[in-house]
Amino acid sequence: MRTYSWEEEIPAHQVLAPDGSVVGEWPESLDDERLRSFYRWMVFARRFDQRALTLHRQGRLGTYAPFSGQEAAQIGSFAALEKTDWVFPSYREVAGMMYHGLPPEMALLFSKGHPDAGKVPAELNMLPGKIVIAAQILHAVGAAWACKQRGEDRVASAFFGDGATSQGDFHEALNFAAVFRVPAVFFCQNNQFAISVPVTRQMATPTVAQKAVAYGIEGIRVDGNDVVAVYAAMCRAVARARAGGGPTLVEAVTYRQGPHTTADDPRRYRDPQVHQTWVEALDPIRRLRLCLERRGAWDEAAESAWIREADERIAAAVERAESYPAPDAAEVLFGHVYAEPTPALAAQRAGFLAEQAEGGANGWPGAR
Amino acid sequence: MAGRTMIQAIQDAIATALARDPRVMVLGEDVGKNGGVFRATEGLQERFGEGRVIDTPLAESGIVGTAVGLALAGMRPIDEIQFLGFIYETMDQLASQAARIRFRTQGRCTVPLVVRAPFGGGVRTPELHSDSLEALFLHTPGLKVVMPSNPYDAKGLLLAAVEDPDPVLVLEPMRLYRLGRMEVPDGFYTVPIGPARLAREGEDVTIVAWGPTVPIALEAAEAAAAEGVSCEVLDLRTVSPFDAAALTQSVEKTGRAVVVHEAVRSGGVGAEVLAAIHDGAFYSLLAPVERVTGFDTPYPPPAVEDLWLPTPARVLAAVRRVMQA
Ligand SMILES: Cc1ncc(C[n+]2csc(CCOP(=O)(O)OP(=O)(O)O)c2C)c(N)n1
Repeated sequence: MRTYSWEEEIPAHQVLAPDGSVVGEWPESLDDERLRSFYRWMVFARRFDQRALTLHRQGRLGTYAPFSGQEAAQIGSFAALEKTDWVFPSYREVAGMMYHGLPPEMALLFSKGHPDAGKVPAELNMLPGKIVIAAQILHAVGAAWACKQRGEDRVASAFFGDGATSQGDFHEALNFAAVFRVPAVFFCQNNQFAISVPVTRQMATPTVAQKAVAYGIEGIRVDGNDVVAVYAAMCRAVARARAGGGPTLVEAVTYRQGPHTTADDPRRYRDPQVHQTWVEALDPIRRLRLCLERRGAWDEAAESAWIREADERIAAAVERAESYPAPDAAEVLFGHVYAEPTPALAAQRAGFLAEQAEGGANGWPGAR
Repeated sequence: MAGRTMIQAIQDAIATALARDPRVMVLGEDVGKNGGVFRATEGLQERFGEGRVIDTPLAESGIVGTAVGLALAGMRPIDEIQFLGFIYETMDQLASQAARIRFRTQGRCTVPLVVRAPFGGGVRTPELHSDSLEALFLHTPGLKVVMPSNPYDAKGLLLAAVEDPDPVLVLEPMRLYRLGRMEVPDGFYTVPIGPARLAREGEDVTIVAWGPTVPIALEAAEAAAAEGVSCEVLDLRTVSPFDAAALTQSVEKTGRAVVVHEAVRSGGVGAEVLAAIHDGAFYSLLAPVERVTGFDTPYPPPAVEDLWLPTPARVLAAVRRVMQA
């Protein structure tokens, strides 16, 4: 009897070795200027992430999910998208979302628990970062389907982690996308952990990418800390989708250098030696810097200027987030449940406003 | 006996269940090596092994669906759903599978399954981490739902759930996990599923609460006492099936009732409590029953959540209204 099995182990696609040397095919469309812009974004993103963690420690920011270590995976993948494409990110994709056009203060407002964090700028076809694991992957399939149905020259992308591949929604999404051959791109950042659970306990397959095979779509495994390789892989997936070639599953092998969120203590589950390798030798920003250095496109003076520029932008974003108007509670609570408030909601809103006038929810209303 | 927080009492209950019954297994996301995101299973994988305290893949439907099979085939699984909001992922397995197998097989097959989930507001979580969803499961015949409000009940109800022949949801108020300590006996004991607990005796008004609103009801009762109004506080503890007899008895005495829950108002368990009062104590009522609840909206973002939740002041205002009626 002949049975199906997985024998072919393909090494992750790589263009830059950890020392910054070129070991793979260089994507045609990528010149030094673009490469430098990737680098500046990655530096900006890393410093933003660090600033957010500091703000959290100072009590100026609520729960925050850091992405340090995943800058190449995020900038490289978002760089292959057009601003008109659909983007369905998870909470982890803050670097990519900012690259795509999300004002950095919006990311901070999210962690401050401000309802306006959900209002993605109108010019972007992007949803806020999804909290419910894997749900957004199906939405991307539907959006891609709509693009196809309406004859629009757009693709829809879904971003998610390795843990998300265990949810039924992930499998249903790949299957629907394949069956209806929609212009969807599935981008999985395999950052080695779903909170404390290592990817080796998440799945029995050695890769995420190979799961594509079972659904009849293309799968690519790419070194997620190599921004050039990520960009090349995503460009291929996006181009295929745009050309009517159907969906692709891209797995970017990367590493979350920080905690899962500010509420997590990664010392409980992480191997310090493995951690050190990822943080030092395999760091994505270091790798790109070494590459730029080799190409004569980096020097200390430029680096200092980029850092200064990043810090100024971040300071301005913090300032905007911290001086952002407080929410109008009645409008936030009752104004957006339905297009038209139900009679019950209208009554509850009136009661809420009356209570506010009398001193509020904690105001011990009425005569004492 | 030792002073324990609710989360410690829950950890102790799970450890007790694992130690006394080899059929017990713990399944969930991050429950093993990490000891659970709230530390409800702290140290249990080291103590009982990876075969009994299991980090599952990230799939709630898988966690509940496989536990249905485990329970059918002789095991006693305790599932952890990391936050109650994610229980929507399991609705088919929980509501149309686990809850119905006894009925569908006319008693031939049963699902002695425990599903634990933290829930509730006031702790500044992102969306879907704070929702109170007990009403969905009161509306699901075949499931039981318990909602402890203190460490002693949390341990006793959880152990009773493990002993129970039917699927039981144990909903744990996050905000109370580390809010204060209480003497909790070591070893095995149960708090029976079903009976309510009289948390405070009073004469004028019955305040009905469960889980996270019990301390709020007690605070309001204290404030009412200062105004000369004597409130009885009834902690339902079990929301499905709930203790209509205790409810009736109390309202027959006081003639007035205020129901307090965090869940949204419409179709909430509060409405069912009102129906039970109507059925059992209608002729004793001196005032229309009041409800203090969340609004009919999704649970809001942290910046406005304090304006959404029931507060002692809101409960006191309702107490005054029923006294003035
Ligand atoms: C449906 C659902 N279940 C559980 C959670 C709680 N949770 C939040 S993040 C997370 C791990 C996600 O891991 P992964 O998909 O690998 O993404 P990463 O956080 O590593 O980017 C879990 C279990 C959730 N948000 N949604």
